[in-house]
Amino acid sequence: GNWSKLAAQQALTQDDLLSFDTFGNVSLIHITDIHAQLVPIYFREPSVNIGVGDNRGAVPHLTGGDFRKLYGIDDGSPSHYALSSGDFQALAGAYGRMGGLDRVATVVNSIRADRPDAILLDGGDTWHGSYTCYHSQGQDMVNAMNALKPEAMTFHWEFTLGSERVQELVEGLPFAALGQNIFDAEWDEPAELFKPYKFFERGGVKVAVIGQAFPYMPIANPRWMFPDYSFGIRDENMQAMVDEVRAQGAECVVVLSHNGFDVDKKMASVVTGIDVILSGHTHDALPEPVLIGETIIVASGSNGKFVSRVDLDIQNGRMMGFRHKLIPIFSDVITPDPDMAALIQAERAPHADTLSEVIGQTDSVLYRRGNFNGSWDDLICDALISEREAEIALSPGVRWGPSLVPGDITREDIWNVTSMSYGEAYRTEMTGEFLKVVLEDVADNIFNPDPYYQQGGDMVRTGGLGYTIDVTKPQGERISNLTLLKTGELIDPSKSYVVAGWASVNEGTEGPQIWDVVENHIRKLGTVSVSENNSVIVVNG
Amino acid sequence: IGLGGVAALALPLQAAAMVDDKIAAFTGGADVGEGGLTLTAPEIAENGNTVPVEVSAPGAVSILLLAAGNPNPDVCTFNFGPLAGAQAASTRIRLARTQEVVAVAKMADGSFVRAAQEVKVTIGGCGG
Amino acid sequence: MADNVKPRVKVPKSASAGEVITLKTLISHTMESGQRKNKAGEIIPRSIINRFTCDFNGQNVIDVTLEPAISTNPYFEFQSQVPEAGEFTFTWYDDDGSVYTETKAISVG
Ligand SMILES: [Mn+2]
Ligand SMILES: [Mn+2]
Repeated sequence: GNWSKLAAQQALTQDDLLSFDTFGNVSLIHITDIHAQLVPIYFREPSVNIGVGDNRGAVPHLTGGDFRKLYGIDDGSPSHYALSSGDFQALAGAYGRMGGLDRVATVVNSIRADRPDAILLDGGDTWHGSYTCYHSQGQDMVNAMNALKPEAMTFHWEFTLGSERVQELVEGLPFAALGQNIFDAEWDEPAELFKPYKFFERGGVKVAVIGQAFPYMPIANPRWMFPDYSFGIRDENMQAMVDEVRAQGAECVVVLSHNGFDVDKKMASVVTGIDVILSGHTHDALPEPVLIGETIIVASGSNGKFVSRVDLDIQNGRMMGFRHKLIPIFSDVITPDPDMAALIQAERAPHADTLSEVIGQTDSVLYRRGNFNGSWDDLICDALISEREAEIALSPGVRWGPSLVPGDITREDIWNVTSMSYGEAYRTEMTGEFLKVVLEDVADNIFNPDPYYQQGGDMVRTGGLGYTIDVTKPQGERISNLTLLKTGELIDPSKSYVVAGWASVNEGTEGPQIWDVVENHIRKLGTVSVSENNSVIVVNG
Repeated sequence: IGLGGVAALALPLQAAAMVDDKIAAFTGGADVGEGGLTLTAPEIAENGNTVPVEVSAPGAVSILLLAAGNPNPDVCTFNFGPLAGAQAASTRIRLARTQEVVAVAKMADGSFVRAAQEVKVTIGGCGG
Repeated sequence: MADNVKPRVKVPKSASAGEVITLKTLISHTMESGQRKNKAGEIIPRSIINRFTCDFNGQNVIDVTLEPAISTNPYFEFQSQVPEAGEFTFTWYDDDGSVYTETKAISVG
């Protein structure tokens, strides 16, 4: 690509990004999966995002040129850069960083200028993912979001702050904390701290917003941090809640969901009476809603990169039509809201020197998203092998974490891709047989053809270990040719290997924090160059 | 990635036979039909050490619950008394691995019906 | 008697005559399966609640036989008829011979 920054930015104006013909009588504003990114970042969308079963080839499982073709997006256009992969480095140079909650505030304020009673909803994964969020235990994000004034929120990574902190923060929220699927584990009754739904009267329309927290919290994250809660999809209870709010006069039913996109599609086909699902967790950004029966599903991306606006025309308890726009937050084009900018500045100021310290440089684009590997994770795996003296490294297939273009790597950049409340980098021995079980298990949590078995992450990243995966096979048969890369030999099921990893869900995991491991590694390297990773061979992808 | 709750990897070969034996002991060898018994369990266990299971068989006298993939498949037997408000009960059980949970109900007329559901016990995925 | 064994039950305070109500019970108990080993590698002996019953005014509601696959802190949820005012008696039987009981009155009206 040969995109000049000037030409690119001339093609974009704040007015264009915000233009919208106000429609109907209700406006929804959706933001989700911010992962504590208060300031603009780069974020490369995935080039590999395989759909299985009925979702093979369906959005959001189209990437790059296929995605652009489907939506009629021109190569090199702003939408190419914001929504799809390909030519990332060049386009990043042209279009700059995305997001920033001060720019988001400008967008939200502009929508409220059109429709003062628009309902702003936060899909969760908000209080997690940065240095300042970690050190304030989510307080920086709570302060910023309170200033943005959402009407309701649902949850996922928030629970990794631990039950007590979650309770403390939720009790102080000036808006609704929703989750029809958040139950008290002891008595299997709805958790008192969270309400299943909340009513809003807007434009003479009674709107019910039902919350749906991440269903598989105790599996994907350490349940010992929140032992008093149980989750699950609970679609029967969702149907009961939809029926209940309809019986109470709801003319429009919105689900604020952290299910992940394919799970939301299935839930929309099982539960009747939902008008709109605002979908989060799988970090997909779609320029148009997907229609399942009479339910529209809206996906609004991650890391503060997008805001969705959905205007609805509700007449006599029926959704007669909608108008939708996925607004990309081009940070160089949208003027920051001064109040929010000041608030963010105040949150970050005490940490400014720590955040901005340059640890090293990168020659390569560092990114994470993709089903099998990303250059950030390759670097993290290299750090684990080197710093923890291991043969094999495992790194979780989380979908959060911004990208970097060649240049400086600061401490903040490292924290943005590693920060969590259980970041200990363990070192242990695993047999070859167990390694295979781990990979098979995680693969089935991604590629099971039934969406209700999908937990919405990407495949565990491996360092020092190669394999072949057939995503269409059942659990136990997907993974083959496990190879120890340093010797080129097949993994011996009965032999033990030294494995380093991080983000174990086990209580009492010991080791240095992963951000320190990565920082030490980058300091020693000086300049990072990540070569292409060909260690995973995908069959039927 | 998880790495929690590392399950027993090998299913004892005799497990299936053990389940058949347990059922035969409960039924006295009578035929076991289908229908009229509902077994509800999660598709995926949040915690293999405490998996919620509900059984319901209107008109049943008792319901036997078995975990087909545990080293010992016995779980519990519900016997319903004259004041039972429904022939239904819920409890929480231990599952060593992904497996079928099996229920067999003895009906008032002495007949038997069976229901089963697979529950996945996973060592964990990753998060979006 | 095992340590820290504490039964808890959830019973509505009142019902109408003939109503079917939902009961929930929990008892804090390790339910030692007899399959775990201690740090010295020795099998920890089995020690579980092996039977649970619920009666109302002397008539049985449910009688459960428990095996080691029942989770720590055994939980039961079931339904009972309430023909008249009276008292529920919940009884848990421990392997060690201990018997724990809890009672709850319910009014009708
Ligand atoms: Mn999430
Ligand atoms: Mn997320």
